[in-house]
This record gives sequence, structure tokens and C-alpha cells, in this order.
Amino acid sequence: MLEKKSKKGSVIALVCILVILGGVILLENVSMFMENVPEVLRPTSQLFTVLKKGAVYSLVAVSMNLLNGFTGLFSLGQAGFMLLGAYTYAILTVPMASKDQVYYLFGGSAVKFSLPDLFAGVLGAEGVGGAVSMVLGVLIAMILAGLVAAFFAWLIGMPVLRLKSDYLAIATLGFAEILRAIFQWQRLGPITNGANMIKNFPTFSSFNIENSAGETVLRLSTFVPFLVAALCIAIIVLLINSSYGRAFKAIREDEIAAEAMGINLSKHKQLSFCISSFFAGVGGALFAMYSANAQAKGFNSTLTYEILLIVVIGGIGSISGSVIATFAYVACSEWWLRFLDTPTTFQSESSRTMFIAALAVAGIAITALLLLRARKKKGGTGMMAAACIPAVVFVGYDIYYAMSGAMEVPFLRTGFRMVVFSVIIMIVVLFFRNGLMGTREISDLFKPKAKKEAAK
Amino acid sequence: MEYAISILLSGISVGGQYALIAIGYTMVYGILRLINFAHGDVFMVAGLMGIYFTSWLTSVMSPGAAVLCSLLLVIVMTVLLGFIIERVAYKPLRSAPRMSVMISAIGVSYLLQNTATYITGGQPMTYPSIPFLFDTVTVAGNNIKWAVLLTPVLVIILVLALTQLINRTKVGMAMRAVAKDFETSRLMGIKINSVISVTFVIGSALAAVGSILYFTNYQSIVPTAGAMPGLKAFVAAVFGGIGSVPGAVIGAFIIGICETIIKGLPSAWDVSVFSDAFTFALLIVILVFKPTGLFGEKATDKV
Amino acid sequence: MKKIIALLLVLCMSFALLAGCGGSTESAAPESSAPESSAPESSAPEAGDKVVKIGVFEPATGDSASGGKKEMLGMQYANSITPTVEVGGETYTVELVYADNGSTTDKAPSAASQLVGENVAIVLGSYGSGVSIAGGPIFDDAGLPALGVTCTNPNVTAGNDYYFRICFLDNFQADVLANFAMDKFDAQVAYCLGENGNEYDQGLIAFFEQVFTAAGGTVIKDSFPQNNSDFSTYLNKAKSEGADVIFTPVSIAYATQILSQAASLGIEAPFLGSDTLDDNMVLEAIKGTDIELYVSTFYQEGGDPDFDAGIKEYINSSADILAANGGNDTISAVTAMGYDAYYVALEAMKLAGSVEPADIKAAMWDVTYTGVSGDIAFEEVNGDAIRDTAFIKTANTADGTWTLETVQTGSGQ
Repeated sequence: MLEKKSKKGSVIALVCILVILGGVILLENVSMFMENVPEVLRPTSQLFTVLKKGAVYSLVAVSMNLLNGFTGLFSLGQAGFMLLGAYTYAILTVPMASKDQVYYLFGGSAVKFSLPDLFAGVLGAEGVGGAVSMVLGVLIAMILAGLVAAFFAWLIGMPVLRLKSDYLAIATLGFAEILRAIFQWQRLGPITNGANMIKNFPTFSSFNIENSAGETVLRLSTFVPFLVAALCIAIIVLLINSSYGRAFKAIREDEIAAEAMGINLSKHKQLSFCISSFFAGVGGALFAMYSANAQAKGFNSTLTYEILLIVVIGGIGSISGSVIATFAYVACSEWWLRFLDTPTTFQSESSRTMFIAALAVAGIAITALLLLRARKKKGGTGMMAAACIPAVVFVGYDIYYAMSGAMEVPFLRTGFRMVVFSVIIMIVVLFFRNGLMGTREISDLFKPKAKKEAAK
Repeated sequence: MEYAISILLSGISVGGQYALIAIGYTMVYGILRLINFAHGDVFMVAGLMGIYFTSWLTSVMSPGAAVLCSLLLVIVMTVLLGFIIERVAYKPLRSAPRMSVMISAIGVSYLLQNTATYITGGQPMTYPSIPFLFDTVTVAGNNIKWAVLLTPVLVIILVLALTQLINRTKVGMAMRAVAKDFETSRLMGIKINSVISVTFVIGSALAAVGSILYFTNYQSIVPTAGAMPGLKAFVAAVFGGIGSVPGAVIGAFIIGICETIIKGLPSAWDVSVFSDAFTFALLIVILVFKPTGLFGEKATDKV
Repeated sequence: MKKIIALLLVLCMSFALLAGCGGSTESAAPESSAPESSAPESSAPEAGDKVVKIGVFEPATGDSASGGKKEMLGMQYANSITPTVEVGGETYTVELVYADNGSTTDKAPSAASQLVGENVAIVLGSYGSGVSIAGGPIFDDAGLPALGVTCTNPNVTAGNDYYFRICFLDNFQADVLANFAMDKFDAQVAYCLGENGNEYDQGLIAFFEQVFTAAGGTVIKDSFPQNNSDFSTYLNKAKSEGADVIFTPVSIAYATQILSQAASLGIEAPFLGSDTLDDNMVLEAIKGTDIELYVSTFYQEGGDPDFDAGIKEYINSSADILAANGGNDTISAVTAMGYDAYYVALEAMKLAGSVEPADIKAAMWDVTYTGVSGDIAFEEVNGDAIRDTAFIKTANTADGTWTLETVQTGSGQ
């Protein structure tokens, strides 16, 4: 009975993934065969940037979730493993023709081959042969990127995985910083290009199919990251549902009990760490393709924190939560909240009045919410008084602003987007600790409630 | 020789500044088992407050008095900030898993950095030149600022005072009790929340003093200015044995001096870029071989 | 139940907020999205309702924010003088669209794609080579021409068909500075200090080393880690290794720290700086000290009196603009370059007779323009500007101004 049901579930999941992938291709190519599509569907639209970056980040977020959410190992080394993946991919795929130019400070690269070129040597560089050799080269470089990251994870995992929670976090964070310094070292320039970025390697847009006249006939630049991310996430999901996944979860819940049940702790921790790093490495390679360059500078702790916050927003221990949170996060930061960075003036008195009203409502709503909480937790008068602060501040400012008669929208200028963003994150962390999904998956939402209770 | 002394001097001053931050880390960790990632950013905000308060106060009073008042104001406001952060971001999560609190700390750090970027417009800000601290003095052929000479002295005085506080006073006893066993001390009638608040107040005050000395020496403040010193101070705290105040201070001096020596090695070796990486390598080595640090208590549940 | 109420409340609240802000932005006319520094937006003449957008790809936050803002000032000033352009018999209103690349190479690609998404006709910028190189492939993919203003690293335009620039290159700049060091100070030993992992710094140091060692000098190279703030060790090292000059081609945030620490250490060797150091924040940092600083740059105040007078008036016209220029009205070379870049872009549109990116790109190669910073034309391999002179200025530390030292041409290498 159970088996049958899970089979049905996986079929549904498979169909969903295929529908999404098909939808992406369609979305991307709508502008090809339809005139006058809305602005948002043009290939230059921010929508596709968001989709590409979202696909890349969701893979990294899920890989981090495998470690933090499912195995309970709190690692902050994700940026380091992404760096390894990105550099491995970039070093192996820079075409021979542009090596001298990319490594211009070091008189060419020490890596005297390029994977796509190697295949092109066999299959031919033109037409279908060229395309196949590019795809093969990219694919193998991507797998190698994952393997290199996994290998380093194995190396570093041997000593540090014995550490517990926050010590592990700080050790992996330190490891990522060490990697960054090494990759920027000028002495390693012939391989890593030192401080300079590696570029000119195949990116997502290299997958757009062009006809002989050089016109794009089929866009695949958004589809490719979706395909890779979907494939990798599917593998992670399968792994989580296997006996290994159950062992990981057992370790998360109670290490001592897990060990008593015969689970080899160090082996399973090591395995989870390596697998997570493998996919972080692949994610790093995708990230390099997304940004069309690889440079160690960007793979800093801020990147790790960003991924961590995505995982938290989505719910630690929920794969679908991570994916949804990634797209929401990327869309907000890259697209929807951008207007917060641009100073604007109100066009009419009515929109200004509306803004003032909205601000007052927001302030009072926050206070109402806090009061509700305070009453639930039976907080004292101090807590009640503290809950009134937001309303006082908001309404006070509101009155001041209304009196001032200024027509500029207050606060809007460079940097405000990130402030709003971090406030939202703090609200999620403090008030919705389980994130969007908690430990549930999206499929759980469709199950009848009674059965879920019974399953528990 | 002159060069060697100059390296030693700047090593000691860097170490002293790390020490002032590290004490905050080690005390908070000792009691809450929380890596307070926001501590480095509190340090940065204290620096920014120094800039704004000074420029604001110089418009209403004489420059000398303005600097003095603003320094006092910085310490008060930083203490307030530390207190508010603890109450808003950490206290509601007291019963939550340790990971949630740490994520909250990362969130606070993110918020402080982004707010600083917003307020300063992302431009590096220049710290005011504080009279006396900013003046230079010649030691063994090297020109150094008074702030550099004063840092280690101040650190030692503060640490002595702090150890007296922890070992001799009632609050100190309560702090030690809470650090030993959270639940039991609560049962014994210790007001845990006020003890934790006191810890944050002390930590923030020291961070404020540290920021005055640090930014007098290195006058430029960017929103990420607190991140690196913060992390290194944490490493120092681990190195010295987390929970131990003298340990954190000694760890901080060792790290500061090692880091400066690496920077000062001959350029031909090309290793000066690894001064940060060295700190982290040291951290990993310590964690693996002697997780309790130099002076840490032997406790199995900590690592 | 309470959770649901709470959730609903939050949703209501956020929607109310978004509706408040969103509503106002939607209703905003295109030209009202004014930059922060041109608050008193001189309402653009209503000549024709056709609008052409020019993307401004500059750092408004981060290490290079100070330079980016000054470069934007030049463009905004030019835009305030010439808000329209006549292309193919029609008058277009020029609108500047801003994207903040945050001075970092990881934020640059998304800022670049933001501009692509806004359907701009051409992109100006950026200050700082690293971000330009990172944004380059995005413009290349989208077929959008970009005009580098002060990004001097060779790799900005090399291998990128769509990137042009109006400034000189780093190998030229390093050549000028190395020769200057040899001629002026008879320097034998040069100490070079750059940020680890910064393409601009390391590129300049490498070129400087090539020229300087070829001329018989010795170069000592050092790099400091990102976010470093203690430079006294490096400076003492330079002193103990007997450096005759110290070459620090670093971003403004680091330059101010290095120079002020050098001042308190009493370093006597002269400092050489690249174009990034031509900034009044640097001047501010060494005012009243004994530091000797020479920088190579694109423009010297006094080169075009009309421009000088106009831009000074513009800078002093509002407190915001004055703050963006670092609190005084010293003219940075990058401001002059930003001003020129704006006119080169208009020139390209006129020549193309169209505001389509592809046409503008095709016309770009033939654009010639005489700007305040000199004649601008593009060579035909990479689209770099043909320039053979650099200004070398020295900081007058007594009153915090720049003095022209010499106008130098390269050694012809």
C-alpha cells in the first residue's frame, strides 16, 4: 500500500518537474514566435535573470539544507565549496584561443587543454559536432567541479566533522576564507589567474541554438540551469528518501541514539558532507556560468550567509521550502524590491495620502501583532509597553512627514532595499522560526489532514 | 632592529584591539553558548557613532569638550545597542535550538551592516582625530600614535578589573553560576535575564572602548569594517579557551602579533596575503587538537 | 488560529506598504526617477514625448562609491545642460537610468542585467575595472554597447565587442608612472602595494614592474588581504627595504588609510598613485601632513575654464550634490570624464541616426569628439580610446589642492 502510494507520488513529482521545464522553454521562447509580447517576456527582461539565478541558488540552498537541515551539521563553508567548483569549471573550459588573453599577466595558462576543445578535436568544431563537444565538455567539467569540491570536503571533513554545532560552523567558515586567500595568491597565477577573473568560458547563453546566419532560433539559456538544478535536486531528494537519508535524519535527531542503532556516525557525517559539497561545487560551476566570470573575491562569507538565510526562510529540513524561498528571495532582491533603491517623488496628492495611511496602518498592525504575542506569552507590562514602540515610532514619523509637506517618498535611496530586506529576514527568524514550510514538503500540503495525523 | 620593534609594536596594538572585542565574545559564549556574530558589527556601529556624535557636538560646544562628550555618548549608546539586540533578537529565542539563535545573530549582523551602508551612503567614513590619542610619539626610532601605546595598558587594566568583578562580586558569582549550569542557577533563584543583560552591557562597553582605540589608529570605517576584526577576535577567544577572560586576552595578543609578523615577512616570500588565512588555519588546528583552548575548562559538552 | 490571524495581519500590512510605495512608483513619469544627487530635477523640456535611456553602471556603495558618485556627477551635469538629443530628425529626451554595481564583481552582473532589462540604448561606466569586466559579458550577450569612462584595465575591452572606453589603459598609465619615478626621483627601488584579489591593483603593479625592471630598477611587491586596515607593517617594511618610491594603485578607501598611516609613521619616500587616487577624499586624508603624493590622471582643473566654472556651480547648487562630491568643489578628473562620456554617447546616437543599441554600436567606431579631457576617438581592434598623454598631479598638502606636475606621454612601448 505504502509503496504503491510513493510510486504514485514520484510519478506526480516527475510530471511536475517536466511541466516546469517545458514551461521554462516555452516562456523563454515566447518572444520568438509571438510579436508584441509584454515587456516582461522579452529575453532581456529581469524575469530571466531571476529564473537563472534562482535555479543556481536553489541547488546550492538545497545542498546546504541536506547538511544543515537533514543531517544537523551546521556548516558555513558553502561559499568555499562553490569557489572550488567555479574555479574547476572555469579553468577546464576556457577555450584555448582565449587562454593567452585571459591569463595575460602570467603569459598563458599552465593548464594546456580545454575540455570543450578536446572534444571538438574529435568531433569537429563546427555545427552539430561543435555543439556536442561543447555540451560534453561543459558536462564533464561540471562533474569534475563537483568532485573537486567533494574531495576537499573529504579532506577537511576528517578533522572538523568531529566538532559540534557552532564550532563546526566557525571551522568551515575559516576553511572557506583560507581557500579564498589561496586562490587569490599571485604565485598560483598560471592556474588560478591570481587576482584576475577567469572569463570567456561557455556560459548559459552558449546553449542558445543559432542558425548558420548567427540568429538565435531556440533559447535554452534559462532551461539549462533549470535542467541541471532539477536533476541534482532530484538526486538529493532520492538520497534523502533512501536508507542513507533516514540515517542522516537519525543523526540529526539524536546522535547517541543513532549510534546505538548501529549507524556509523563518522561515516555518515562524512558522506553527507561530501555529497553536500559535491552539489555546492556543481552549484558553483553554475554560478560561474551565470555571472560569466569566476573570481575568488565574490565567494566570501556574505554569500554563505545569504544561502543560509534562504534555507532558514524556506524552513530548515524542507527541500521544496528551500526552492520556493530561493526564487522568492532572488526575485525580491534582484527585481521586485529594486524600486526601494531609487529616489522617487509622489505624482499626486492622493498617492501621498495613501502612503501616509499605509504607514500608519503598518505601525499599528505591528503593535497589534506584538501585543497579541505578548498576551499569549503572558508577558508583563514591560513587554506590553515595548510592543507599543513600533506604533508610536511609525505614527510619530507619519505625523511629522504629513506636516512637512514634502513630496519625495521618504527613505528611498541607495541601500534601502537591503535594509528592508534584512528587517524582513529578522521578522522571519524571530516570529516564524520554522520558515515557510517548516519540515514539510509541498506534497504534504495536498494530503488530507486526517491521514497526516494518522501517519504521525 | 628598528623594523622588528615596529612590527612588535603594531602587533601588540592590533592584539590589544582584538582583545577588547574578544572579551565580549568569550563572556557571551561562556554564558549563552552563542557565537554572537553581531558583536563585530556592534564594534563598527560604535565607530560610526563616534563620527556622527563628534560632528554633531562640535557644532554646539568647543572641539575638545565635544570629543570627550561624544566618546562618553558612544559608550553609553553602544551599551544600549548591545542591550536592545539581546532583548529583541536573542531573548525570545532562549528556548529555541542553538542554531536558531546563531542564525538570529547572523541576521542582526546583516541588518547592522546594511543599515550602516544606507546611512553612510556606502562611502568610507573618516574617524575624527582624537586629541592626545592621535598624537605621535617616537619609540626606538618608530613614530607611533599614543593610542597604540595605550591599548595594551588599557587592556590589562580592564581585564584586571573584570576578573575582580567576576571573582569577587555577587554579579560575577551569578555569571559564573549561569555559565556553569543554566537551568540549575535559574532554580537557585538567579535572575538569568539580568545576568545575561549585564554580560552584553560589559561586552558592548568594551567593544565601544575598542572601537575608539582601533579607529583612532585606522581611521576609515566601512560597513564591513567590523566583520574581520570580529571573526578574528572570536578565533582569539577560542584560542584562549572560550569562557576564560584572561585566555581571550592572551589569545588576542598572540594572534595580533603572529598576524603582523606574517605581514612583515620579506616581500620576496609573497606570503603576506595569508595573514587572515593564518588566523583561520590556527583556529582549525586548535579546534582539532585542543578544543578547550589554552585556558579553557575541561568540559565535554562544549565542543 | 492566532497564528493565522498574525499571518493575515502581516500580509495585509506588507500589501498596504507595497501598494503605497508601488502605486507611487507606477504613476511616476519616467523622468521623475531622479538620482539622489540631482534632487532639484530641472524639469526636462517637454520637447517630444520620445525618450532614450542611457544606463549608468556605477558604484554608489562600497569601496569605490566615492569615485562612482563623482563620475555620475559629470554625467548628471551634462544631462542637465543637454537633456535632449536630435537623432534622425526627431528630438529625444535623455533619461539616465542608474544601476548600483556595489563596487564588487559579484553584484556587477545583476546590476548589468538590470540595465539590460530597462532597455537602455547605451551604458556608461563603470568606475573601477573589476566591475566593468564582470558586467561586460552581460552587455556582450545582450548586444548592448557599453562605454567605459575610467576603467583602465586592458581586459575590459579585450575580447568584448561591445565594450568601448574613453580613457587610457593601465599599461600606458604604469609606463608613464614608472618613467616619471625614474626621471624625477632617480628611483632604483620601488615598493608596490595592492589589494589581494583586485584585478585593477594587481594589473597596474604587474605593468609597472615590467617597465620599471626593464629600465634597471628593482620592484618589491606586496599584497594586503581584503578589508585590511593595518598598513603600518607594510609601510615600515617599505622603509626598511629602502624603497625610493611607494606605488599604491588601490581604491580610495584603502588609499586614504595607507596615506594617513604613512603620515603618522613619518614615511619620507614619495607616493605614486594611479587615477583612483585623484580624489578629494585622498587630499583630505593627507592635508597638513608631509606626505609627497603624485598621481596620474585624465584631467586637471583649469583645462577647460568654462567647464570648471559650470561644474563648480552645479556642485554648489545643492547640499546633496556637494556631499556626493566629498564636501567641497574640487573637480575630480573622473567627473570630467563622465561629462565627456555622456557627450560621446550622444554623438554616437547622432552618428547612428538611431537609438537602437545595435546601430549605436556600429556607429561607435567612427565617433570622434573633442571633450574637456581632450580628443576622443576609438582604435579599431578593441575600441579603446586613442590617447597618448596623462596628467601627473601632485598633492599640495598645505591647502588640500592638486597642482599640475607635468603632462607626460608614454615611452612608446
